[in-house]
Amino acid sequence: MLDKLKIPEHHYLNNGHSLKSWLLTKDHKRIAIMYLMSISVMFFIGGLFGVGIRLELATPQGDFVSADTYNKFFTMHGVIMVFFFLIPSIPAVLGNFLIPPMIGAKDLAFPRINLISLYIYWIGGIFTLYAMIAGGVDTGWTFYTPYSATGSNTNVIPTAIGIFIAGFSSILTGLNFIVTIHRMRAPGMTWFRLPLFVWAHYATSLVQVLGTPVIAITIVMLAVERGFGFGIFDPARGGDPVLFQHLFWFYSHPAVYIMILPALGVQSELISTFSRKRIFGYSFVAFSSLAIAVFGFIVWAHHMFVAGISTYAAMVFSFLSFSVAIPSAVKTFNWSATLYKGAISFETPMLYAYGFMGLFAIGGLTGLFLATLGLDVHVHDTYFVVAHFHYIMVGGAIMGYLGGLHFWWPKMTGRMYSEFFSKVSAIMVFVGFNVTFFPQFVVGYLGMPRRYHSYPDEFQVLNVMSSAGATVLGLGYVLPVIYFLWSLKYGQVAGPNPWGASGLEWQMQSPPLTENFVETPIVNTEPYEYEHVVVKEKHLV
Amino acid sequence: MSNAVVHADSHGQAHAAHHPALQHHFDTMGQQKEAAVIGMWVFLLTEILFFGGLFMAYMLYRTWYFDAFAEASRSLDIFWGALNTAVLIASSLTMAMAVRCAQVNKRMATVNWLILTMILGAVFLGVKVIEYSDKFEHHHVPGLNYKWAAEHPSTALGAGAPAPVAGAGHAEPAAAAAPHRELSLSPEQLQLTTQIYFSLYFTMTGLHALHMIIGIGLMSVITWMAWKGKFDAEYYTPVEMSGLYWHFVDIVWIFLFPLLYLVERP
Repeated sequence: MLDKLKIPEHHYLNNGHSLKSWLLTKDHKRIAIMYLMSISVMFFIGGLFGVGIRLELATPQGDFVSADTYNKFFTMHGVIMVFFFLIPSIPAVLGNFLIPPMIGAKDLAFPRINLISLYIYWIGGIFTLYAMIAGGVDTGWTFYTPYSATGSNTNVIPTAIGIFIAGFSSILTGLNFIVTIHRMRAPGMTWFRLPLFVWAHYATSLVQVLGTPVIAITIVMLAVERGFGFGIFDPARGGDPVLFQHLFWFYSHPAVYIMILPALGVQSELISTFSRKRIFGYSFVAFSSLAIAVFGFIVWAHHMFVAGISTYAAMVFSFLSFSVAIPSAVKTFNWSATLYKGAISFETPMLYAYGFMGLFAIGGLTGLFLATLGLDVHVHDTYFVVAHFHYIMVGGAIMGYLGGLHFWWPKMTGRMYSEFFSKVSAIMVFVGFNVTFFPQFVVGYLGMPRRYHSYPDEFQVLNVMSSAGATVLGLGYVLPVIYFLWSLKYGQVAGPNPWGASGLEWQMQSPPLTENFVETPIVNTEPYEYEHVVVKEKHLV
Repeated sequence: MSNAVVHADSHGQAHAAHHPALQHHFDTMGQQKEAAVIGMWVFLLTEILFFGGLFMAYMLYRTWYFDAFAEASRSLDIFWGALNTAVLIASSLTMAMAVRCAQVNKRMATVNWLILTMILGAVFLGVKVIEYSDKFEHHHVPGLNYKWAAEHPSTALGAGAPAPVAGAGHAEPAAAAAPHRELSLSPEQLQLTTQIYFSLYFTMTGLHALHMIIGIGLMSVITWMAWKGKFDAEYYTPVEMSGLYWHFVDIVWIFLFPLLYLVERP
C-alpha cells in the first residue's frame, strides 16, 4: 500500500522551474507559497525583537538595553508581528492556497491582483525594514499622537508608509476572496455547502475591506501632521489626539478579528476531520463568523476607557464588547459538541486544535475582564492586557495558523513531516506559551505596567518564568522550520488524502495541478459528510 | 489530463470561438464581467471608508469650531469651486457617453468621449492649481507660515475671550446664531482653528486631486486600448470600470464642494 503512493508527475511546483515562473506566476498556490516564505521571514525578525524584550525583562534593572532601545524593541515587535505576520498569515497563505480548491475553482477571481498584492506586501515590508535598519521607531505599534506627530525623533514616517502600503495588500486579498466566493463556486457548491474555513474567510475579508481603508487615511493624516506640520491631532493647536485613537482603533480592533477569524475557520476543519463527525450546528458556526465581524466594528472604544471618553459612551462600548463573547462562545460550544462521541484521533494538527481551544477560551474570557469598566481602569496598560492579547493573537491566531499549516502541508507539498517531531513541537509551543504568558496575567494584576524596561524587584520571579517559557516557545517555533524543510526531500509521500478528510481540496492530487481540478467538480453533498466518506487507511509514520 | 499541463490549447475544445479576452479560470464572459463589477464596487466601498476618516474629522472640528470653519470657508472663491463642480459633472456625462459608445461598438466615438473626459479632468486640476497657489500667497497653507490675516472684515469682530484653545474646543454654535453676529473665537483662536480647517481642506482636496490624476492615467490606458479596438459589445469591462471609478471621484467632489465652500455664506 505505502509504496504505491508516488508524487504525481505533473503538479504546480514543477510547472516551470525558473525564477521568472515564480515571480510572474498567477497561480494562487505559488503566490501562497511565496507569501509563506515572506511572512516566515517577518515572523522570525519580529520574534527576535520579542527575544530582546524577554532578555531585558529577565532582570529588574534596565541592564540589557537602554530605555530608548527597549521602546524600539517592543514597537518593532508589534509592528512586524501585527501588520506583516498576523494579518496576512492565514488568509494570504492558507486562504490563498485553499479557497479556490475548496469551492471547486481553478483560481481566485483576480489572479493578477493576487500577485500584485504580494508585491505590495513586499514593498511595504521593505519600507518597514528600512525604518528598522535606519534606527527603528519608538512610538509603540499604536502610533498615538501627539508623541508620534511631534515628539518622537525616530523613523515614524517610513514605518507608517510601510504599514500604509501593506494595508493595500490586505485590502486586495480581501476583495479577491469576496468576489471569488461570490462568483467562482463550482456547480452545486451552494453557500451552505461551503466549508466553514471559507465562511470564516468571507467574514475576514469583509473586515479587511471595510476596516483597512480607515487605518490608511489615519496614517495619511498622521503623515501630513508630522511631515507638513498640520495640526489635526495636536492639542496645542486645537486638534484632538483622542480622534486619532478613535480612528486608529476603528481599524485596529477589527484587525484582531482579521487575525482570529481565519484561525476559527481552520479550527472548524480540524475538529471535524479528527473527530470524524459532521460539524455540530453548521449554520450557527457560519453565522457566528459574520456576527464576530459585525460586532468587531462597534467595540473599538473599549481601548480608550481611560482616554477621557464620556462615561455613557464607555458604558455602551463596554456592553457591546461583552456581546462579542456570544458568537465566540457559540463556536467553542459547537466544537465541543462536535467532539462529543466523535472518533477522535490525536495527530499533530489536532494537538494544535486542542491547544487553540484552551488558549482561545482563556484569551476570550480575560477579554471580558478588560471590557468591564471598573476592572479595566485597574489593569489598563498593565501586563494583564499584554497577556490577554497574546492569548488571542499567539495562543489563538498562531496556534490556528500552525495547526492549519500542519494539516494542509501534505496537500501543499505532497509529503508528510515527521509526526514525532511535530508532536514534540506542538507540545513545546503549548507549554512554552502558557509559561510565558500566564505569569503576565498575574504580574499585570499586581500592577506591573507594560512598556517599561525595568521593574520592581518583587516582580522578578514571574518575569523570569515568562522569559524561560519564551525560550521553550521559541524553540517550539524553530522546530517546524527544520522538519518542514526536511520533509520536502525526505518526507513520506502523502497521497491525495492522508487524513481521510472530506473537503473538495482533498480530492485533488497532492501537490495539486496548476489548474487544481482536471474537470470542474460538481458538488452534490453537504460539507463534513463523514458518515459517507470511506475512511481509508491513513498513511502515517 | 493533458490540459492541466499544456495551457495554450486547453480552451477552445468545446467552443471554438472563445472571446480572446476570456481568462482561463472563468467559464463565461458573463461570469468574468460579474466578477469585475462586484470587485469594482467592493473597491469603491473601501474608497468610501478611506475618505470616511476625513469626513469624520471634518464633522468633529466643524462642530467644535463652527465659526472658524465658516470664516475660513468664506475665504475660498466660490466661483472656482462652482466652475469645478460644473466641469466634473460634465466629465461624468462624457464618461457615461464613452461607456455607452463602447457598448454599441462605436470605436472612434468611445475614444473621443474618453479624450474629452480627460480634458475636463485636466481643466479641473488646472483650476485647483490656481486655487492652491492663491492659498500659498495668502499664507493659508498650514504649517510654518500659516497666518490668518484679519483682511476679511468679519474677522475683526473677534470677541476676544481669552479662553485657551486646547481642550476648550467646544465652541457653541448656538451662542452665535444671530445674523452679522460676533464671532465666539478670539483672533488667536482663529489663527489656530482656521488652520485645522485648511489642514482638512488640503488633505481632502489633495487626496481627491490625487484620485483624479490616477483616473486620468487609467483613462489614457483605456483610451489607447479603445483606439486599438480591444473593446466590443461583448467585452468593454475596463471602460465601464474606469467609468465607475470616475463617477465615484466625481461624487466625492459633490460632497466636498458644499462642505468646504458653502459652510456659511450670506
